[in-house]
Amino acid sequence: MAETAENVQVLICTGTGGLASGAQGVVEAFEAEFERQGVAAKIGSHCDVKKTGCRGLCANDVLVDVILPGQDAVTYDFVTPELVPQIVEQHMLGNEPVPKKVAGPYYDKFLEKQQRIIFSRCGIIDAESMDDFLANQGFTGIKKAVTMKPEDVIEEVKRSGLRGRGGGGFPTGVKWSFCKATPGDKKYLICNADEGDPGAFMDRSVLEGDPYGVIEGMMIAAYAIGCGFGYVYCRAEYPLAIKRLQMAIDTCYEKGILGKDCMGLGFDFDMRIKAGAGAFVCGEETALMASIEGERGMSRPRPPFPAVRGLWTYPTNINNVETFANVAYIFYHGADWFNSIGTEGTKGTKIFALTGKVKHTGLVEVPAGTTMKEVIYDVCGGIHNNRKFKAVQAGGPSGGCLPAEALDAEVDYDSLIKAGAMMGSGGLVVMDETTCMVDIARFFLNFTRVESCGKCIPCRIGLKIMLEILERITEGEGQEGDIEMLEDMAIDIKKSSLCGLGQTAPNPVLSTIRYFRNEYEAHIHEKECPSHACKPLLHYRVIEEKCKKCGLCPKVCPVDCISWEKGKVAYIDRDKCTECTSCYDACRFMAIE
Amino acid sequence: MSEAVETNVQEEEIDLTGANQVIDKYLDMPGALMPVLQGIQEFYGYVPEPTVHLAAERLNVYPSQIYGVLTFYAQFHLEPRGKYIIRICMGTACHVKGAVRIGDTISDRLGIGHAETTEDLLFTVEHVACIGACGMAPVIMVNDGTYGSLTVQKTNEVMDKYKELG
Repeated sequence: MAETAENVQVLICTGTGGLASGAQGVVEAFEAEFERQGVAAKIGSHCDVKKTGCRGLCANDVLVDVILPGQDAVTYDFVTPELVPQIVEQHMLGNEPVPKKVAGPYYDKFLEKQQRIIFSRCGIIDAESMDDFLANQGFTGIKKAVTMKPEDVIEEVKRSGLRGRGGGGFPTGVKWSFCKATPGDKKYLICNADEGDPGAFMDRSVLEGDPYGVIEGMMIAAYAIGCGFGYVYCRAEYPLAIKRLQMAIDTCYEKGILGKDCMGLGFDFDMRIKAGAGAFVCGEETALMASIEGERGMSRPRPPFPAVRGLWTYPTNINNVETFANVAYIFYHGADWFNSIGTEGTKGTKIFALTGKVKHTGLVEVPAGTTMKEVIYDVCGGIHNNRKFKAVQAGGPSGGCLPAEALDAEVDYDSLIKAGAMMGSGGLVVMDETTCMVDIARFFLNFTRVESCGKCIPCRIGLKIMLEILERITEGEGQEGDIEMLEDMAIDIKKSSLCGLGQTAPNPVLSTIRYFRNEYEAHIHEKECPSHACKPLLHYRVIEEKCKKCGLCPKVCPVDCISWEKGKVAYIDRDKCTECTSCYDACRFMAIE
Repeated sequence: MSEAVETNVQEEEIDLTGANQVIDKYLDMPGALMPVLQGIQEFYGYVPEPTVHLAAERLNVYPSQIYGVLTFYAQFHLEPRGKYIIRICMGTACHVKGAVRIGDTISDRLGIGHAETTEDLLFTVEHVACIGACGMAPVIMVNDGTYGSLTVQKTNEVMDKYKELG
């Protein structure tokens, strides 16, 4: 859509990933360079520097698109301020893209199997500009929705087949109809942006890259259900998302899009951001509402469900950021269009955050039904350092690990659950042969144990005891019967916990036992960690037969305790070694154990 | 409630103007407590004890209730904090890529662990769940600056830089 732009456009990724890689410097460098070289005068058109949201390929930030009038966008990756004068000189003035700095074929490959719907604006429009949003279908969805009766709007969402993107996968339209059916004049709408799963950042990117889109989705829901007030509960760890969303809300109020008689469409809707304060459990809907009310974020028993008795006892509808973003697009293109994408049980696309030991970490949006294998190998280029794939962890602390055999599982709510994981919010952490699965189970359990609100006993005490067992195993103190004990407790905790946190917390343990029981057994019986990841079980020595004498390990050693000469096997001096495992991670030949 | 306040002789000397302004701003808002505490923390850098009693008085809640909230959420602090807040990301992606090693390096250098502050009030170390910059794992943040793709060596360089800045 931007190819036909008359102005020269420079699109720079200024999401959290981009900014962390120095995007602000690149933005300033472009602006300074335009000024210095008088580019606008020389090429006779205006130069726009657009600060866009996430472009997806976070591993190669800073990503910059240069669009000359009438030409396709050219993408540069790893852009630094030093490279900017060259791009301006050669590409913009000389019409000759800078060779070798342009993103390689992997970028096309990265995009090839993706279907970017929710992200169709992210990375293209200036996230802070309402004009850009309006030029790209902005607010046409809500305008279309108000021509329909609220009941028909809900019917349309039902027909689209949209299911909640927060992880549970409950049909969105059905959820709306519950809240609609509850009598009462005062109802609340909540957008859950408390994306607490470690390794997930798609909601953040949507809020940073397309804040107006989320507002529009919420307006449609508010109109359909009859909610007068909306909250966006955003975690405080996302300052940029909060800032951009607040700017968008302020602009909407200025232009009369929010408030009394929104856009003159005949309904009222106010909204406000509520910043969290660092509690994972607040992603759970009842805890989230307690937190908005100013209490400790502790979950409450359901029923009554929020649709009946929610925020300040009023009927409340809660959806996730990505769900609201989807709603806007359903009304741009119609329910039938949305329904035609994806699988039988899961419609539309899903955004995943790919991280860990994968080549191209970042955000990908694929239609439901794509297999995990395609996502990891085709889109994201496979495993980093060409090591062997071991598992992919899907669904964060509530999900599970899928081994290589299960990689043909489709991105679909039901097939992932069948395979022992879950869609979750969409974080995928890829692990290679150096990641220990017992340690990963311990990691997640430690996380959920710390984040448990402490209200119900199975979660508060049960997780603690499971964690103690896992810690013992990773320290080489595992005992006969530990695995069975873990399995027993996991099932009990799942059955008897009050909220989603406790009910799903044992999943990482169960799925790693299911697929990697041999690793547990090796820790317990042989006191060995097959992946050499558990520190107390490491030997810190070079395996002579495997060492390729490359000389990499002495370079990464922070205490210079590895001696090596050209053509000789490296040697680790255990007296000086601080057991930091830097050499182990760096070795490409698995020659250190 | 007021008796408990009076018996606390060793109260900190603190100017409450800032806290009063924050409370004025949110007084009429439903669910005001958390925004008030967040505002107070932004103003003072932490939540000093006298402001808790002030908020209790003005919002008509018990101080114990406020402490309940303060201790529940990880982002509230009851003690003064360092000039540089080092947030070590302990998310899954960072964990897989060696966050523990980075955390150990920093803790060894400073002699402090999670949620502790050096005596000279220069550094505070925090282990946080996920900064959301997983693409560049392992990551730490020092105040607003993000440092990614860290190794032990790079971490040492970052620490040297801030130590020198003082």
